[in-house]
Amino acid sequence: MEEILLHLAGGLSQAMEPLNFMMIILGCALGLLIGAMPGLGSVNGVAILLPITFLVPPTSAIIFLAAIYYGAMYGGAISSITLGIPGASTAVATVFDGRPLAQAGHADKALTAAAVASFIGGTISVILFTLFAPPLATFALKFGPAEEFSLMLLAFATFIGLGGDDIPKTIFSILVGLVLAAVGLDIISGQPRLVFGDIDGFLHGINFLVLAIGIYGIGEMLWTLESTQGEVVVHKVKMSLSQLIENLKDVKSYIATTSLGSVLGYFVGTLPAAGATPASLMAYGLAKTFSKDPDSFGKGNVAGVAAPEAANNAASTGSMLPMITLGIPGSPTTAILLGGMIIWGLRPGPLLFTENPEFVWGLIGSLYIANFATLVINIAFIPLFVKVLTIPFTILAPIIYILCVVGGYAPTQTMHDVWLMLLFGVVGYLLRKLNYPVAPAVLAIVLGPLAERSLRQSLLSSQGELSIFVTRPISAVCILIAVGLVCYPLVRKFKKKTGETAS
Amino acid sequence: MTVRTAEILMAVLCALCSIGLMIKSAELKIGWVPERGPGSGAWPFWLSSGMLLASMATIYRWFRGVTPESRNLQLYMTRETVVVVGISAGSIVFLLVTTHLVGIYIALFFFLLFYLKFVGRHSWKLTVSMMVLVPIAVFCLFEWALKIPLPKSISEPLFYPIYDLMYSF
Amino acid sequence: MSNVLHRVKKTAIPAVIAAATSLGMSAPAMAEWSPKKPIELIIMAGAGGGADQIARLLQGLIEKNKLSPRPVIPINKAGGSGAEALRYIQDKAGDDHTLLVTLNSFYTTPVIQEGIGVDVSNFTPIGRMAIDNFLLWVHQDMTDITDLDSYVAAVKAAGNSWKVGGTGTGQEDSILTAMMEKEFGYDVIYIPFPGGGTVAKNLVGKHIDSTVNNPAEQNEFFRAGNTKPLVQFTAERLPAYPDVPTAKELGVNMEYYMQRSINGPPGMSAEAQEWYINLFKTLFESEEWQKFCVEDGLACDTYVSGAELGTYHQQQIALHKELIEAVGASAITGE
Repeated sequence: MEEILLHLAGGLSQAMEPLNFMMIILGCALGLLIGAMPGLGSVNGVAILLPITFLVPPTSAIIFLAAIYYGAMYGGAISSITLGIPGASTAVATVFDGRPLAQAGHADKALTAAAVASFIGGTISVILFTLFAPPLATFALKFGPAEEFSLMLLAFATFIGLGGDDIPKTIFSILVGLVLAAVGLDIISGQPRLVFGDIDGFLHGINFLVLAIGIYGIGEMLWTLESTQGEVVVHKVKMSLSQLIENLKDVKSYIATTSLGSVLGYFVGTLPAAGATPASLMAYGLAKTFSKDPDSFGKGNVAGVAAPEAANNAASTGSMLPMITLGIPGSPTTAILLGGMIIWGLRPGPLLFTENPEFVWGLIGSLYIANFATLVINIAFIPLFVKVLTIPFTILAPIIYILCVVGGYAPTQTMHDVWLMLLFGVVGYLLRKLNYPVAPAVLAIVLGPLAERSLRQSLLSSQGELSIFVTRPISAVCILIAVGLVCYPLVRKFKKKTGETAS
Repeated sequence: MTVRTAEILMAVLCALCSIGLMIKSAELKIGWVPERGPGSGAWPFWLSSGMLLASMATIYRWFRGVTPESRNLQLYMTRETVVVVGISAGSIVFLLVTTHLVGIYIALFFFLLFYLKFVGRHSWKLTVSMMVLVPIAVFCLFEWALKIPLPKSISEPLFYPIYDLMYSF
Repeated sequence: MSNVLHRVKKTAIPAVIAAATSLGMSAPAMAEWSPKKPIELIIMAGAGGGADQIARLLQGLIEKNKLSPRPVIPINKAGGSGAEALRYIQDKAGDDHTLLVTLNSFYTTPVIQEGIGVDVSNFTPIGRMAIDNFLLWVHQDMTDITDLDSYVAAVKAAGNSWKVGGTGTGQEDSILTAMMEKEFGYDVIYIPFPGGGTVAKNLVGKHIDSTVNNPAEQNEFFRAGNTKPLVQFTAERLPAYPDVPTAKELGVNMEYYMQRSINGPPGMSAEAQEWYINLFKTLFESEEWQKFCVEDGLACDTYVSGAELGTYHQQQIALHKELIEAVGASAITGE
């Protein structure tokens, strides 16, 4: 313990060195702005700025890149709330309640909650990181394909409450997402699948962003246009210091879900395959399931913004653990960070902690500082972001369309994906008008590839024995919790009913 | 078209799509391949058959009149909605087609002209300044700051002098 | 004159338009070619893999040493074991501003996925940057397995339940695995994972029994005492593993390497090819690149470029066709 504190003090003082401190501030601000653009995320920022880092020492370089990563995680919430478009898969869950809040004129409230929750999530997870990195790394090793699949089941179980009231349509939506996720190369057999009309563009699969921007960007705009017939009311949002303090006081209403989301997020983040997206979705699902008022979720509950935001920030810190100790990237961004470390001559692996302590602890120290810096920068920018909502709709609409088109193009750089995005947007809108919920499809496309791969890997290694999922202890626990989560709302409903008849 | 008609049409369409996906998946192995586990088509095949079942359930519920949509005799899309939504979707199609033809920057120029002037009825001053500023802002952000080249199609050579300027620093 | 005509013929339509529209600039530009716009560096694998690291390192070195007047932009096109990238390069025929960073799926993907209709021997060879090696790894706790013989005995004893992890069907390690199955007459279960790092982790976590990994992917776990190499598939023992025998020493004729090279689309102009060959030569000889090679366990002794690399590609294509035929494409894809 004493040793850890000593290392931490060293790390913190390293992070406070003028060059490193500057890197943190710059990285956080850049990340925040890149993350706020729909379609662009930390991966763009990190990839572009990687070569620049050859000019500074490795520790400063990774601090810079980690700060961008961090800032972008905060930034993702901004486009989710103000524009209703999740800029990255990690910010999907933030849309569910962030968008309704913004439409009701409470964007400032949602943005403050996102910033504060991100800060709490980030801080809790970096403390956990400091204290329990090595034992958790050993635990992560125990996670094989069977455990990964059970975790995916658990993630799906937390969504139970997210669908609409029409069960066949909700199931249809989930399945569409899963099938779309199967398009492209099948990793197990190496064969191209569902390449419609032999179009090359399907070979790389359907990127999550294409569906998300289509449905939430274009589809949502069409929806807004219809419901207002083009006469969109400009939101009046006032932002003052007293309002800010008022918003900050809200913290106590979501502190519980936020802390739960943070711990969960960190834990899921440390598992090599999972990453921040399932973490944020699970946090949202749990917050809703265990809320006193689950029906208010999806209609503008601040806890629905706070829980996923805390979880995704916690998970992004968590995903640094497998990166450092196992050399496994949990996300495209950590993949590039990892590449950077290798280029600088730092070999990630079990020995990095002992052989390069100044690097590891410098990074950990910078996470503490980056967290605080991003909170301050973010809150300072909120009035500016809220301003976006006051732009007249006929100006905002073309800008959002342009952001959608460019954001749909950027991840894969093919026009094919942009056309697909438009198609998904229009079809999603038409389906939504008939009460098909669209969120489950977006969730499914994120988790689909992971679920399929881990299922098939497990079945391969057990040669078709399904018992592999229950005979392995960690996997069995996950499945048990999943079953419990599925049953919980039913039990509660049943109890409520019996309670009503009794009284 | 009433919401009621739209619902059954959509459900039938969804069912047909599911069948299409099942056929497409069945081009690959959908059963158990010895030593290789489930074939590569199995996952999408069984999921699309689930989609088919879900659509069938919706169709059944439509006949029973269980869903609120199946009892709703209002128009699925009013004339105004078709116009408003059609203009938006159409203008994006226009943006994409012109991007293929003359590159995104020129396409943006015309897209903004159309949307701001003819849909939004904004002043010429605002329209023109947006027409000029937005493509420039997009260029600076993507090509320069983020190094993501956007499609330029035949307008590509026009950018060589700009690159000369940009990278001469 | 005929030389000029020949060149014009080789340059495809977009380049002609480009030359024609950049008014008058075309004549002097012919003599001293240099890129006119950002160069796309297509990576036929996903972010974070070996090819990706190389591309980003090269990009960084070019930027740092100001070797190119236009930036190099790495773009990942990993779809279909590189099929997407190969098709993209094929469609860019005649383009002077697109390059491809390869791994061996450059040879295998067109053979295994006949439908993609790409002939990589038409691509413009630029330079070979490195050669990567393969070793056979098991977990340190498998104390019964100390050499190749005991390994083969253990696999055979396991019947059909020996699990080999790899980076994907059709990738280098799956070919090597299929070669070993044929050589030793056993059957294993091949489980693909996304990326060599994940394979390594699954070996350390004992979710798989063995793997054929590159040195860079396993070395840290080896140093930490988690895994051990049994045999190397090289001509000579690597300096980093002086105690591990090569397959050849053990009387098994098995050698396999992976090349990392830079190639252009078919019909790239000769001037551009020349320029890129020199650019990557400078990079190859740089201190940073050589240092990276040593740390990553890559062989970077000679820079093979241009026509010479073309010949090397021809040999490798023939070799891979032979290998795939010998083990059967179905042994790799399983379908």
